[in-house]
Amino acid sequence: MAKITMREAISQALMEEMDRDPKVFIMGEEVGVWGGTYAVTKGFYDKYGAARVKDTPIAENAIIGGAIGAAMVGQRPIAELMTINFGFSAMDYIVNQASKLHYMFGGQFTLPMVIRAVGGGGRQLGATHSQTPDAIFAHFPGLKVVSPGTPEDAKGLLKSAIRSNDPILFIEHATMYQVRGEVPEGEYTIPIGKSKIQRAGKDVTIVTYCKGLELSMKAADELSKQGIEVEVVDLRTLRPLDMEPVIESFKKTNRAVVVEEGWKSYGVGSEIVSRIYEEAFDYVDAPIIRVAQKEVPLPYNRTLEQAALPQVADITAAVKEVLK
Amino acid sequence: MKKEQQLDLYYQMVLIRRLEERGAELYQAGKIGGFMHLYIGQEAVSTGLIAAREERDRVITAYRDHGVAVNCGISANEVMAELLGKATGMSKGKGGSMHMADVSKNMWGGHAIVGGHLPIASGFAIGDQYAGNDNITICMFGDGATNIGYFHEALNISKIWNLRVLWVCENNQYGMGTAVDRASAVTEIRQKAEGYGMKNGQVDGMDVTKVYEAAAEAMKYVRESSQPYLLEIDTYRFRGHSMGDPERYRKQEEVKKWQENDPIGIFNKQLLDKKVATKKVLDEIEARVEEEVAKAVEFAEASPEPAMEELFTDIYAD
Ligand SMILES: Cc1ncc(C[n+]2csc(CCOP(=O)(O)OP(=O)(O)O)c2C)c(N)n1
Ligand SMILES: [Mg+2]
Repeated sequence: MAKITMREAISQALMEEMDRDPKVFIMGEEVGVWGGTYAVTKGFYDKYGAARVKDTPIAENAIIGGAIGAAMVGQRPIAELMTINFGFSAMDYIVNQASKLHYMFGGQFTLPMVIRAVGGGGRQLGATHSQTPDAIFAHFPGLKVVSPGTPEDAKGLLKSAIRSNDPILFIEHATMYQVRGEVPEGEYTIPIGKSKIQRAGKDVTIVTYCKGLELSMKAADELSKQGIEVEVVDLRTLRPLDMEPVIESFKKTNRAVVVEEGWKSYGVGSEIVSRIYEEAFDYVDAPIIRVAQKEVPLPYNRTLEQAALPQVADITAAVKEVLK
Repeated sequence: MKKEQQLDLYYQMVLIRRLEERGAELYQAGKIGGFMHLYIGQEAVSTGLIAAREERDRVITAYRDHGVAVNCGISANEVMAELLGKATGMSKGKGGSMHMADVSKNMWGGHAIVGGHLPIASGFAIGDQYAGNDNITICMFGDGATNIGYFHEALNISKIWNLRVLWVCENNQYGMGTAVDRASAVTEIRQKAEGYGMKNGQVDGMDVTKVYEAAAEAMKYVRESSQPYLLEIDTYRFRGHSMGDPERYRKQEEVKKWQENDPIGIFNKQLLDKKVATKKVLDEIEARVEEEVAKAVEFAEASPEPAMEELFTDIYAD
């Protein structure tokens, strides 16, 4: 096992798949000469050239629409949204086209494409550049939504996403590129649509993903010192959602906290809590608590922004609350 | 331009430059966060442009907005306070570098979604036309913004509805690291207006006098004909796209070449050559700016953080 950063993990996945399959190419803003806004594709332009690492104009519709078209005629494009917030500029292509075309035309063609997008707050970028709108995208059947929380998962899931014949939105977190973790040596993939227990425990189940995983693992360490053992289930894929490990864990602990960075209303937590009530109502010992972002657009000021974002302390408090 | 006005423009340009130089230092010191896009090198553009507007004319721009804010009469104190995220900033510390606005001065903001504010500028003109107002809207944006659909939709509607908008493209040769010829089908951005049957022009953006004259003429046309106009202003940003740009996409020689055409240096020389001012007068202006910037930093640092309750204000009006 090698210890690498999230950035390296994603970069390796892209490179391995580009080396493996000449149909794979990248298109997006500043992916080439600049080397990627978050330096994920640094060196790619020199290695693969302009035809496979396409610097696009600032034109999100042309990027996502272009990827859809190229995928329909048999290529395997990886379209990059510099941030997921700019995905709103291409919402029609993501929602009305990518998610629907395969179904609407009776499966005549496939859309083997990945949209890589950077999301998340915490960098003082202001309201339009800091969102975690994952739940919105997970709303649409026909689109798969993946959002990893560890380098190992990021690499394995991205490789699977590139090989998949479905349109997949792959959401990375802007503050997690330096996160380090063990990654298996050599070739591996991780299946899309499988949740994973990232930490075993018996007292409370925490259900989370992406940035929420980082925070929840820290909370779990703190709680463990106080004699509380939480089990952390990482969703990894928001659609299709794999509830099995969540329900299994919940049947053991009978208590849960759901942690996400996005807003609480109509969020990922809303879905998870409903599913637990639907599938394991008899096992509920305490109301399930959702830890999420305060219901405000994120402000620039650092103190206010941090106050709006979920913190480790919010998670430990929620766990203690469900144990009452 | 009268002598006083020329000296005032010189003062504004130097103020923008020094304010941003101090801003860059404070950013390095960790006192400013987020994205900060400096206007250094482009000062003549907004300075000449805004000098030609009437106060009732609305101004809207992108995130590279510190200069425009100063030109519209927002104080150095407020600009610095917003950069530091303080309660005394014009957006109460909630907006930051990219979101400077003071609608009482008809500065309708920096906007951070590339091209996103162009249809809104059309909207200002729709609202003003509907109300029978006789002002115009001045909408500034970068070369990169002319490649997104928003630009084309906004230009088209402004033409078919006879909207009083002066579209101003600041062509600083790059959108982030992408040179204009790698991203745009035509490298003379003004040509894009031709497809919409819109009058257009182009001017050297390193010379504030030329910018002022071209802007005044374009504004007169928009005002009198009730037709939109696209003015391309050619310029160059001396610094990176935002703080922390590795600048792998351009050569230092190219930057140096443009820096020889420093808009402040050019104007300084013009003022001396035309005997509008003596060196002493210009030095005094620079000294006054230094003092104003030092005070702005003091003001901003001494200002309070926004109160925690501010997190929940202004989400809705009702
Ligand atoms: C819709 C959208 N896509 C991408 C971005 C990221 N982005 C911010 S500035 C920028 C470059 C804009 O270039 P230009 O319009 O030439 O303005 P300049 O920065 O040169 O002043 C990009 C790609 C964004 N803010 N909004
Ligand atoms: Mg530009």
